[in-house]
Amino acid sequence: MYETKYHKAASVQDAVAALSGASEGAVLAGGQTLLPTMKQHLASPSDLVDVRGIAGMQGVTVGDGTITIGAATRHADVAGNADVKAHIPGLAALAGGIGDPAVRSMGTIGGSVANNDPAADYPAAVLGLGATVVTDRREIAADDFFEGMFSTALDDGEIITAIRFPVPTRAAYAKFPNPASRYAMVGVFVAETGGNVRVAVTGAGEDGVFRHDGMESALASDFSVASAAGATTSQEGVLNDMHASAAYRAHLVNVMAERAVSKAG
Amino acid sequence: MNNVKMTVNGKAVSRDVPDTTLLSEFLREDLRLTGTHVGCDTSQCGACVVHVDGRAVKSCTTLAASLDGADVTTIEGIANGGDLHPMQAAFNTHHGLQCGFCTPGMIMSGIDMVNRFQADGKDLTEEAIREELEGNICRCTGYHNIVKAIEDAAGTMADMAKAAE
Ligand SMILES: Cc1cc2nc3c(=O)[nH]c(=O)nc-3n(C[C@H](O)[C@H](O)[C@H](O)COP(=O)(O)OP(=O)(O)OC[C@H]3O[C@@H](n4cnc5c(N)ncnc54)[C@H](O)[C@@H]3O)c2cc1C
Ligand code: FES
Ligand code: FES
Repeated sequence: MYETKYHKAASVQDAVAALSGASEGAVLAGGQTLLPTMKQHLASPSDLVDVRGIAGMQGVTVGDGTITIGAATRHADVAGNADVKAHIPGLAALAGGIGDPAVRSMGTIGGSVANNDPAADYPAAVLGLGATVVTDRREIAADDFFEGMFSTALDDGEIITAIRFPVPTRAAYAKFPNPASRYAMVGVFVAETGGNVRVAVTGAGEDGVFRHDGMESALASDFSVASAAGATTSQEGVLNDMHASAAYRAHLVNVMAERAVSKAG
Repeated sequence: MNNVKMTVNGKAVSRDVPDTTLLSEFLREDLRLTGTHVGCDTSQCGACVVHVDGRAVKSCTTLAASLDGADVTTIEGIANGGDLHPMQAAFNTHHGLQCGFCTPGMIMSGIDMVNRFQADGKDLTEEAIREELEGNICRCTGYHNIVKAIEDAAGTMADMAKAAE
């Protein structure tokens, strides 16, 4: 790891100031992606601004038809939270299926969403539920947030403080994990909220997480396993790599959608 | 440099460490607690798992500087004097190790999963143990005896918890 300066921020203002004062600062959350990247010399931030000590960025709050999760809330704490389990069980289950127990006891929702790994799980929930990404300076709708592989609408030095999810009528996630990494080979999040159906796919897109329009209209007219199976998934823009071909992944999209619909009930 | 104060295996420690020092380096090189192993250093193998404030974490993927005030337990801190921890004893009984390189991480992960499942009142089945061991890699044993050891220790730990009530 190249030299870096560690800062522990006590408040969001503190963190924003530390980042703007740094030549190349980075937010440090769970470190489960950033530290391995730094060890491989693929990232070399001059300064690390740790946001885990910021009280306002932790935990789950229930609002009027919403669940808001602080960006520094760890995967294990989302998976085990009684309110998340009661209102969006599919989201709790998704968090409980990320990586392994040690990764879940450090990794955070904000870190996962900011990183926008094309095979990460949380982006599918954020896009599938139509959540809102809350930052230190504005609110960004999920549809405007994910801009392609490892790329988001966040400006330099912008900090995600929370993610606000609408409580759906029904929702679920199904993933086919890569047997080695546990990241999604394909993961599909389906949600019906106020009569509106959204389907988000992770692991499959060359540009990262995407909405599956054909599947959305099929499920909007009939929310059933048969509609999920019948929707057409194009192989255009679908990842083709050593882990799986585009045809294999496109097929998995329908299979995971069927499982997600069946879990959503 | 950062001054880091932690409690490690019940003892207060304080050291000045560079900002880039990993918890695994801090334990092994500064404190000479070499029971925590570094197998991959890429966050995959789990040989480096220790407990921080009661949770299993990969010490190779955690900065020492971020843990000021933390309570850390390593493989050196779980036996009670000469009495092995039930998880250690079960690995011994069931032959849950061959070369032993993965064992410290397996044991720390094993204790963590038993504690979490017991706290949630959930049954730690064989299937659950295998799922929970996702982040711990063993190149020798083929896992069967590790799973048996954790299953056995879970029973002993439950009995001990009941006896303590
Ligand atoms: C062995 C292993 C297995 C894994 N398996 C999976 C898996 O199955 N599915 C999955 O989805 N993920 C998986 N991950 C990734 C894991 O979920 C990470 O925790 C996550 O991607 C990053 O979160 P973090 O809190 O650790 O962020 P960090 O590593 O601290 O940061 C990641 C990036 O986000 C930025 N960042 C962090 N927080 C914020 C914020 N609040 N605002 C703005 N920017 C921020 C950082 O600057 C950095 O660029 C795995 C990781 C490992 C090591
Ligand atoms: S050495 Fe930490 S996970 Fe392998
Ligand atoms: S006993 Fe050799 S790696 Fe597990």
